This record gives sequence, structure tokens and C-alpha cells, in this order.
Amino acid sequence: MKFLARRFAHAIVLLAAISFFSFALIQLAPGDFFDAMRVNPRISQKTIDGLRAEYGADKPFPIRYARWLRSLANGELGVSLAYNSPVGPILAVRARNTLLLTGVATLLAWLVAIPIGIWSAAKRGKFADRVAGAATSTLLTIPDLLLFLALLLLAVRTGWFPAGGMISPGLEDAGFWSKAGDIARHLVLPALGLAAVTLPMLVRHIRSAMIEVLEAPFIRAARGHGISRARLLWRYALPAASNPLISLLGFSIGTMLSASLLVEVVLSWPGLGPLLVEAILSRDVYVVVGAVLLSSVFLVAGNLIADLLLFAADPRIRLDSRGVNG
Amino acid sequence: MRAREDARRAAVKIGSEALLEVRGLGKEFAQRRTFSRTRFAVRAFEDVNLTIRRGTTLALVGESGAGKSTLARCLALLEKPTRGEIRFEGANLPALRKRELFSVRRKIQMIFQDPTSALNPGMSAAEIIMEPLVIQRIGTKEGRQARALELMESVALPAASASKGPLEFSGGQRQRLAIARALALEPSLLILDEACSGLDLRSQELILELLGRLQRTLGMTFLYVSHDLRSVAEFADEIAVMKDGRIVEQKPAAELFENPEHAYTRELLAAMPSMETICAGRLTEAAL
Amino acid sequence: MKRQHKLRVALVALAIFHFFILFAGFFAPYGFATQDRTMPFAPPTRLHFVDARGEFHMRPFVYAYAAASGAGDASYEEDRSRPFPVRLFTAGAPYRIAELIPAHTHLFGADEPGRVFLLGTDAFGRDQLSRFLYGGQLSLLAGLIAAALSVGIGIAVGAAAGFYGGWIDDALMRGSDLFFALPWLYLLFAVRAALPLHIPEWRVFLLIVGVIGLIGWARPARLIRGVVLSARERNFVTAARGFGASDAYLLRRHVLPQTYGVVLTQLALLIPQYVLAEVTLSFLGLGVGEPVPSWGSLLASLQQYDVLASYWWMFLPAALLIPLFFAYYAAADALQERLKSVSL
Repeated sequence: MKFLARRFAHAIVLLAAISFFSFALIQLAPGDFFDAMRVNPRISQKTIDGLRAEYGADKPFPIRYARWLRSLANGELGVSLAYNSPVGPILAVRARNTLLLTGVATLLAWLVAIPIGIWSAAKRGKFADRVAGAATSTLLTIPDLLLFLALLLLAVRTGWFPAGGMISPGLEDAGFWSKAGDIARHLVLPALGLAAVTLPMLVRHIRSAMIEVLEAPFIRAARGHGISRARLLWRYALPAASNPLISLLGFSIGTMLSASLLVEVVLSWPGLGPLLVEAILSRDVYVVVGAVLLSSVFLVAGNLIADLLLFAADPRIRLDSRGVNG
Repeated sequence: MRAREDARRAAVKIGSEALLEVRGLGKEFAQRRTFSRTRFAVRAFEDVNLTIRRGTTLALVGESGAGKSTLARCLALLEKPTRGEIRFEGANLPALRKRELFSVRRKIQMIFQDPTSALNPGMSAAEIIMEPLVIQRIGTKEGRQARALELMESVALPAASASKGPLEFSGGQRQRLAIARALALEPSLLILDEACSGLDLRSQELILELLGRLQRTLGMTFLYVSHDLRSVAEFADEIAVMKDGRIVEQKPAAELFENPEHAYTRELLAAMPSMETICAGRLTEAAL
Repeated sequence: MKRQHKLRVALVALAIFHFFILFAGFFAPYGFATQDRTMPFAPPTRLHFVDARGEFHMRPFVYAYAAASGAGDASYEEDRSRPFPVRLFTAGAPYRIAELIPAHTHLFGADEPGRVFLLGTDAFGRDQLSRFLYGGQLSLLAGLIAAALSVGIGIAVGAAAGFYGGWIDDALMRGSDLFFALPWLYLLFAVRAALPLHIPEWRVFLLIVGVIGLIGWARPARLIRGVVLSARERNFVTAARGFGASDAYLLRRHVLPQTYGVVLTQLALLIPQYVLAEVTLSFLGLGVGEPVPSWGSLLASLQQYDVLASYWWMFLPAALLIPLFFAYYAAADALQERLKSVSL
């Protein structure tokens, strides 16, 4: 219990630090959202100044930070200058979309990676393993950006999948099932792309974790007892390898998050990614900070969950932590 | 016959002055964990008193874990003792500052148990031998080269292999290379930490011969650390026995074998085959 | 033998690629900003060896392109009335080698007013091949400098943490933990957002390079720390200490040389990652702005519908990138294998 409390406290401190730094970073930059308005000669400087005052953009840094923290407590996280509404709800919608995409992609990636990883480990050194290895190496080498662009090209040229967006225009008010089906069709390419870029690393790690386990004496003993190969792999070896795999899960969340930004932009999936890019380009300060903070929250939460799972699954960790404190 | 001769020689040497005196030396390793309260210390050795006389060989004998190596490292100035004094040439070494210690380091050198790890595989033999001279800023580039070749010859290594890397030498040769390096600074005290333990018998013999020669010609002093009482029986002038971090007995070698005082010493001797057996074994070896 | 072979091949490939990029001015027939508004989205110019009369020429030639109806490939057709020979070592627009030495000879070019666009043109009629080569200068340079920065910081931090241990080690490693935890792409953007969008190009470049480099030092630092920790305990280091060696000497002569393998491997891994980071930034419009090309800005046009639908040649720069990354990863792989076998 103490172990978890410590990890949790650690996470909170980390997030606080991230929020402070990203806020500071943005605020320290010269120029702001309203600079864009200066280009338009019909908007007077006075109007701009007035707008600034209204949004509190002319107050000194500590006051702005304090105000922002307060709005954080309200769930608002400041105000989006572009959308002219609180940042919180905007982020919530986008976050939901990103989570949907990332969740599906993670599921997909792991569903494919586990069998391939296990099979490669079982057939280690043989032709099948080497083919799988070459395939994953090739996939690893192809830059994410190019892969996503290729998917976009596929969509446009073949018309099998929509070339972007989350839902077809006009279907926003349709019934649940037709909506779900439509969203699913839009989800295919981005999820495939995201899964594809995280797959090679997963396969590699699963394979090496399985190889290590398969060389353990207890596996050979089980084999000697006549347990079938399949059962051996799935019921004996895989659970033993679960420790590093759970850590891998936590780690892969981070990489998945970074990659999701890019796939969302290229394939126009309305998640946090395009929002962040847009906000940066228009200097919509609070949106940027909110998006960075939120993605950090996901990352840290993901690692925390992985730690939790590890704690629950591996009795050694529970005993170990007690030893440290006792 | 030989034993009595050695005893006589030892008696002459023992009369000579003390080169290094250790008084009440102790070393503890403090184990701390950053965020917990517990602190406990591991005692390597405590209350050690030793006298090493100039021109003699003191053997430090004890089981593994008795603290011998840590003591040797403290005397070689590679670790700092927690308390006590090491008196050398009128100074208390642990109390010296870094700059003063720099010149003292020339006079005390150490040979390690594993010669392979003590030599940087990326350097040539000549570079290895010259290194102490470079660090202590002695001599010119050419002068050092010449000295390195000299030293190689003195340890019976062919000068032609000066440019070879340590991995191209055999185990025994590597140890001799390490000795050549240690000799570069012309130390008065050489500390050997199980220096022959990892080598084959022939190499051991060669090294012991070399050490004997160095003592006779240069008047060098040796501290020889070993876990094997038998191996030091032949050449040690004095023997100090160590158990669980304490010196239980220090005597001239011959006396130790004839009148062991401490129970532990007697145990060690009992476990050891007698001198006659050793000599007999040697004769058999020679015959083969 | 096979492993050495792999490394050698990869390094040669990389050297050739970088050679072309380094001398972009020479290999590119046109400047990166040279526009030809009469030929937007022109397909790659076809080189002919056989003319209209059926005669074979050693020297290839091109025809002028005239606008035609149709989409994509078919939006232009060749005007076969006048052939324009393509010559080697032509005099063309002036450029500077490595920003220092002025020159104006190009490897090849077509006689005016003929045009040789080997990779086609973009919306402004700019030669894609030239922009690819010049863009490479920016992207590769960014990646190389940023990687050097990351590894440099990694060496400093890793060596300090590993060599001195204690609270220095604790503090530095906790600091690096923080970096591990951050979603680097998001952080990159946040920092980029902090920079004004319209400041002089070279400053943007330096800042981007700085940020990318600062994000990735954690892993090299950790790896180097590991090597330093074990090297520090080696007896030849202790022996040197016994000779009175200073910490600086020990680091320089004995400890740091042990890290070279790890350093090289990390460089080989980081360079392509960082090049990609710059490409991604430019792709999203956050890199160095127009008119300086970067591989990212070249790829940005691929998001438009008509490009995807009709102008296939715009993908050629992307295709050219794949062998480059492949060579880098192959080199990194080979280096890693070599490292593993040496440390055993």
C-alpha cells in the first residue's frame, strides 16, 4: 500500500512540474494570440488591448498561473482564445477521441504482437523466426510519417476507406448503430497505422521475454511431463513472462501517445493532436498547456496502472517493497 | 638444512628498522539506504597492528573474507581507513592531504590478484609500464621509453614485445608486466594481493624468484597477502595471521611454525602438510 | 565476417547519400526557390535518347512541356518540335558550397529554355529534385547536430553520475527519469510553441536543434553511466589511482574510451530519429519556414487531396528517404551487435 502511495505522490509531483514548465514556457514567449489581429488594419490597437485585458493576458506571470490553477480546479483549464470557450470541455471531447483511437490501436497491436512474438520465440533461429524478424525490422525502419501518408494515399486511391475525419457529414444525428459503424470505418486506417508503428517494438520485446522464459528449467521439466507444446506456451510460459510484458505495456503507452498525435494530424482524426498543432500555430496558449498536461496525465496514469498491475500480479514486488520500508 | 638457513637469514633481517608501522587501524563500510532510517556498518577489519621491516617480506595470511584485501588496499593508499594510523617515513598517511600524498604514492605500490584486469587491454606493454611515469610527470618521452625497455628486461620479458597488448601475453607474463609497471616508480614497499593465486606453478615460481632477486639486489620490502599458509612458508620472513578482521599473531616465519601461540594459527598449521612433505613433493616434481 | 560486411555496406551507403546532400548545390540543377510558374505540378521530365526521326543520340535530351487537358500525368504533353540537350557540368544559378565557397557549376542541366525536372515539380513549379537535395541539407544537419548534442550531454551526465556516484548520481538520474516520463513529441511542440513563429531562419533552426537534442539525452546518459560504473571498478583504473592519477586523467585515459562503442551506437540510433523529428516539425508547419525547404515541407503537400489523387511523383522524395533510414538502422544494428560481442 505504501508503495502505491509513494508512486502516486511521485506522479502528482511530476505532473505539477510539467504543468508549471509548460505554462512558463508558453507565457515566456514573445508575442501572443492577439498579435495575429494586428495584421488587420481595421482592428485598432485599443480593441486588441481591451481583448487582452478581458482575457487577462496582460497580467504578470504569477497571477496568470494562479488563475489558471484555479480554473484547473474548476475543470476549465483557462479559456481558449480561438474557440472563445473554456478549454476543459474542448479537451474532453478531443481526449475521448484520442483515447478511443489509442485504445483500439493498442488492443490491435497487442493482439497481433503476442502470437507473433510467442511463435517467433518458439521457432527461434528457424526460418519462420527470421522472416518475422526481417518483417518487423523493415516495419521499424519505415518512418511513421511515411507510413501514415501511404495509408492516406491508399484511402484516396482506392476509396475503400474514408480519407479522414471521424464521422461522415450528415450522420451526426443518426441512430447509434449506424453511427458506430460509420465511426468504425473511419477508425480503421488510423488504428491500423498506429498499431503498425508500435508493433515491431512489441514483437521484439515479447519475443525476447518469451525466449528467456522458455530457457528456464521449469519449462523443460513441464515438457518432460509430456505437456503439449501449445499448452506449454500459453498456460506456462506466457504467465511467467508477464512481468516484463506488463512493464512493456506501460512503456508502450508513451510511444503510442506520441505516435497518435501524428496519425491524427495526417488522417484528420479529431483528437488531441490536430488541436495541439492548431493551437500552437495560433498561439492559443491555454489550449497548448492543457493539451500537453492532459497527454502527460495519460502517460503517467498509464505507467501507474502498469505499476499497479505489476504489483498485483507479482508477489515478489509486494514483498520487496515491504522489506524496504520495514 | 634449508629451513635453518632461512631462519638465520630471517633473524638478520628482522633486526632491521621498521619501514611501515600500522597502529590500531580499522575500516568500516557504512551501509545506508537513502530514505530509510536503518544504518548498519560492515566491519572489514579493526584494531590492526602491524610492523613491516625494511628489506623483509611480511606475509599476511587468512581465509577469504578475513579482511586481508581491504587491509592491503588501505596500506596501498587505495582506500581510506576509518580509524588508526599508518606511519611511513615519519608521517601518518591517512592524515595527509592529496598533494602530499601524491609524492608518497611513488613509494608504495600494489600488485593485484588478476593481472588481466589490472592492465588496460587498449594499451601496449610499453605504454602500460610508462604510465606511472607519465602520471607522476617523471622524465622525458624518450627517457620513459628507455626505462620501460629496461624494466621489461628486468622482469625477463622480451623487449621485442614492447608494442604488444596485454592480451597477447600469458597469465604469468601479464603479472610480470604488472610488476614491471609497479617498479617504474622505484617503490620501497610492494604490496602483493594474492599475486600468484591465479597462476600456474611454473609462473608462480618465476615470480617468486623475481621477487627474491629484487629484494636481494634492491633491498625492496614486500607485503605478501595470501590465503594459503603453505605457499608463503618458503619465502616469508615474518608471517601475520588474520582472522575475522583481526591480527591474531605476527611472528618471524620459523618461530610461527615451531611455536604457534594462537589457536587459529595452530588450526591452520594442522590443516597444512608438513615441511618434509612439501620438500618431498618438490623433489618428486623435480624428478618428473 | 558477415557482420562487418553489413556495417561496411551501410556506412558506404550513408557516405554516398550524405555526399550528394552535402554538395546539393552541385548535384541540383536548380536553386531551391527557383519557380517556374508556367509548369506547376509537372510530372518528371522524360529523358529521350531517340529523336523524332528515329536517330539515336549519346547525349539525352528533353522536350518542352506544354499545357494539355487532362489530369495528373496527362496535364502536360511534350512539344516535340525542339529538343533541348542535357549537358554535364553546365553553368547555372550560383550557389555556395557549405555556405562558404561560391560556385556555379552544376552536374547537369538542360539548354535554356528547356527544363529537366527529374522528380517533377510542385505547386509553384519548383524542381522537386533540387528541393529534395537542399531540404536534405537542413534535415540531416538538424539531425546530426541534435544527435551530437544529446550524446554530448549524455556523456557529461553519464560520466559524472557513474564516476562520482553518491548524491550526484541520485540527482542526475532522477532528473533523467523526468525526461523519460515526458511525452517527447508533445513537449517538443510545447517548446516550439514558445518560440515566436516569425524569427530569423537560422535562429529557428538552432532552437529546434537545441530542443530536439535536449529531449533525448536521458537514454544515452543512462547507458554511458552503466559503462562508466563498471569501468570505474576495473583494476587498471585503481592501479592508475595508486600512481596518483587525477580524476580527469582517469576519465580521459581509461574510463571514457570504454564508452566509445555505446556512443557510436547511440549516435547511429539517434540521428535518424532526430532527422525524423525535424521532418515531423516541418511537416506540421512548425519548422524553419519558407522558402527554405526541408524534407518535412516537401512531404506536407502530400496531405492535399489533388496531390494524392493525381500527382504520384510527389511521393518520390518520400520513397528516397526510406533507403536512408534503412542504412542508418542497419549501421546501428551492426554496431550494437559488435558492442555486445566485445563486452562479452
